[in-house]
Amino acid sequence: MITKDLLSDIVSQAIKRGATDAEAIGIETTGFHVEVRLGEVEKLQEAASRGIGLRVLYEGRQASCSTSDVSLPAIDELVANAVEMARLTSVDEAAVLPAREELAKEIADLGLYDAAIAELPTERKIEMALAAEESARSFDPRITNSEGSACSTTVGKTTLVTSAGFAGEYRGSICGLMVAPIAKEDGQMQVAGWGDRQRILASLDSPEEIGREAARRALRKLGARKVATQQVPIVFEADAAEELLSDFFEAVDGFSIFRRASFLVGQLGEMIASPLLNVIDDGQMRGAVGSRPFDGEGLATSRTVVVENGVLKNYLLNSYTARKLGLRSTANAVRSLTGAPGVGTGNFFIQPGVYSPTEIIASVKNGFYVTEMIGFGFNPVTGDYSRGAAGWWIEDGKLAYPVEEVTIAGNFREMLRGIEMIGDDLRFRGKIAAPAIKLDRMMVSGE
Amino acid sequence: MIEPLKFFIERFNLTVSDIEALLGAALSKGGDYADLYFEHTVLNSLSLEEQIIKSANRAVRQGVGVRVISGEKTGYAYCDEIDLAAIRKAAMTAAHIAQSQAEIGPINVSSANPSHDLYPVAQLINEEPLPRKIELLNRVDRTARDYDRRIREVQTSLADEYKVVLIATSEGLLIGDVQPLARMRAMCIADDDGNLQSGVSGGGGRVGMDFFSDAVVEHYANEAARQAIVQLEAQDAPAGTMEVVLGPGWPGVLLHEAVGHGLEADFNRKGTSAFSGLIGQKVATELCTVIDEGTMPHARGSLNLDDEGNPTSQTVLIEKGILRGYLQDKLSSRLTGASLTGNGRRESYRHMPMPRMTNTFMLSGESTPDEIIRSVKRGLYAVQFGGGQVDITNGKFVFSATEAYLIEDGKVTAPVKGATLIGNGPVALTKVTAVANDLALDEGVGTCGKDGQSVPVGVGLPTIRISEMTVGGTK
Repeated sequence: MITKDLLSDIVSQAIKRGATDAEAIGIETTGFHVEVRLGEVEKLQEAASRGIGLRVLYEGRQASCSTSDVSLPAIDELVANAVEMARLTSVDEAAVLPAREELAKEIADLGLYDAAIAELPTERKIEMALAAEESARSFDPRITNSEGSACSTTVGKTTLVTSAGFAGEYRGSICGLMVAPIAKEDGQMQVAGWGDRQRILASLDSPEEIGREAARRALRKLGARKVATQQVPIVFEADAAEELLSDFFEAVDGFSIFRRASFLVGQLGEMIASPLLNVIDDGQMRGAVGSRPFDGEGLATSRTVVVENGVLKNYLLNSYTARKLGLRSTANAVRSLTGAPGVGTGNFFIQPGVYSPTEIIASVKNGFYVTEMIGFGFNPVTGDYSRGAAGWWIEDGKLAYPVEEVTIAGNFREMLRGIEMIGDDLRFRGKIAAPAIKLDRMMVSGE
Repeated sequence: MIEPLKFFIERFNLTVSDIEALLGAALSKGGDYADLYFEHTVLNSLSLEEQIIKSANRAVRQGVGVRVISGEKTGYAYCDEIDLAAIRKAAMTAAHIAQSQAEIGPINVSSANPSHDLYPVAQLINEEPLPRKIELLNRVDRTARDYDRRIREVQTSLADEYKVVLIATSEGLLIGDVQPLARMRAMCIADDDGNLQSGVSGGGGRVGMDFFSDAVVEHYANEAARQAIVQLEAQDAPAGTMEVVLGPGWPGVLLHEAVGHGLEADFNRKGTSAFSGLIGQKVATELCTVIDEGTMPHARGSLNLDDEGNPTSQTVLIEKGILRGYLQDKLSSRLTGASLTGNGRRESYRHMPMPRMTNTFMLSGESTPDEIIRSVKRGLYAVQFGGGQVDITNGKFVFSATEAYLIEDGKVTAPVKGATLIGNGPVALTKVTAVANDLALDEGVGTCGKDGQSVPVGVGLPTIRISEMTVGGTK
């Protein structure tokens, strides 16, 4: 067991050895994962794991160490190494622990832990995975194969203690269910993965619903073809829009900003997008996957408006990037066991608009409805964007035929300004979520 | 040099008969096969940014993974403590995958040594004191800034790991390995009056400190700086289908995405790959021979033994255009009767092994790079890439160029912005119309992700010409 007392003790040992400041984190998780395929259990994995990380500052110099071995000699070595290494790095004036007055005063109960997930019997998890796959396979005779279905649960506890006086812990649970059926017709094979992830078991889509939706998604890719190269309006389906938003995060991450590695450097207060766009990061939404009571440095998480009516209001920051930029932390510090804190999202989303996806599609005479993207073609420094895409061609306001093996390209600056409609279909299936979005135009490269 | 069996036995107070009893416990509910994977890894990283050493990190990762195979089913469990009670508990958890009761005692194992010794290291990088490493990072920073006064920011890091593994199997194998790995990365941002561009370089392998000579790290610095400066002049990339020439080395990521993943045996056993059932069929032009080779000395993707204890090897995936073989792990080989290829890999003791690539490359041909460029009237010459991705089932793959040029009338002309290239795996190599004599392996920076597991890999390619490929530019 990793307790606040154990971590306090590690922090004191580090101070005793000469550290100016120290911060210890403990992560314990119990994970379960079952995969079924074609109606049979294929993999079953279960394990508990834990680790301790220690970050120390020595007169403005920083180092960190971690271990999955929590025995006393290993902890001694951890502390000794961290302090020793910190003496050898450089003085970095921005590397400080948050002061006492910045730290969370109380640990909010955000409903992140559901006993129903912790206590879910193995048999039930296997049944859920089987039911999701069965529902996909029985949906249509063209569903002929399957990559399988998986049900995973993770239950864990995060504990953080700092020499500035913070000591907190919270428990969390997550259940994920996902299935990837394969549709086949005329020699073409298509897979689609679909699933849900929630902290509260009762919020999870039913296995049957997940299976049917996955089957629909695989089937609608059958018969896909390339299209001619052309510049057209683009409609991103909600989960493709979510990927755009993940890329957008990179451009508002405080690290990209102080490194001047983002096209949004120096744009605070500027109109960077269509006035329709509102982007929020909220670390406090009850029972949500991206929520937590305090961030990786012990600050109470908050709700940050990133874009309001098209105007860039805030970057997402931890203490380090805030100091570098002369701003206040937005409590977006994330920590892994090793390394200095990074910046990560809470629940990061685009506020829904008023149009249904069907209405959005109906507004397009000739365009591309993007349902999937692959690859990593986003350059946050310049905003240049180029990724593989698949979906449906839109003709006269209707989905006409499936499309694959094309790319879509543009520049994020223009893409943000080119947002013309925002859908009403926001649904969180993880930390980042977006509704359907229509952009005025991007280059589709095909034949 | 550490002797793995001795290391685990002495450090964690275990005996060979404990290991034999644990294998017996793993098979106590039946099952066809069990293995134990002991791991102790120390990871170090050091980073420089804004001309100061910002952070030094060290992580110790240790534990044991227990796997039980029963027909097509796999049970897996692991523990972070390397002690008998914890491993026994994991073994009993993994054992549940099998449903029968077996009266099984300890399973005898006998200790063996790997048949390869691919990465003897003179000067262990994980034991190197920080000052020399700091000096190298400073050298990268200075060199990159000296390259051009428009280089405004340099970020560089040196990461190394030292992994000791011991694998025991119910087939009686007891074998270990010591696996060093190191990688340096350099990233530059150039700023020309507000026009910001980046360049990335780096390299490494299963090497020691001596590998990172001043000359080698200066090369990374100059290369990252050069790429950033070239991009300052880049025009919009073209859009549409055109002739594409790929340069040598890292552009081999094409093979990794277009064919490599699709030839991993798990997908093919399940019939879910676009390459399923194509053995013996023509999937490339006769110019193409593609190899996966885990036995290249000191290469990032090499291993003396795979993570299931089997020797790595050289596997011909495509021979003169004909699909020859798949990459096997233990499970797929048991189920299909195919010979092992030494491609069962895993990220750590917390992960089940699965078929993965090692170093994947195409053999040189007879053209020269110059001839190939001269032969192209209008096309794209792509020499540096970021990552790629593939949809195994429909075969569509992408890889993103980060440094590319137009070819006009047989000459390399203007640099163009980054663009994603998209193709179809089983078709892409049927459009290879020339292969040059300049095969190069990448410099040792590749990491491959599959099912949430990352493993180090290598890729390689000679200069090749592809008659048509879709380029995702804007113009």
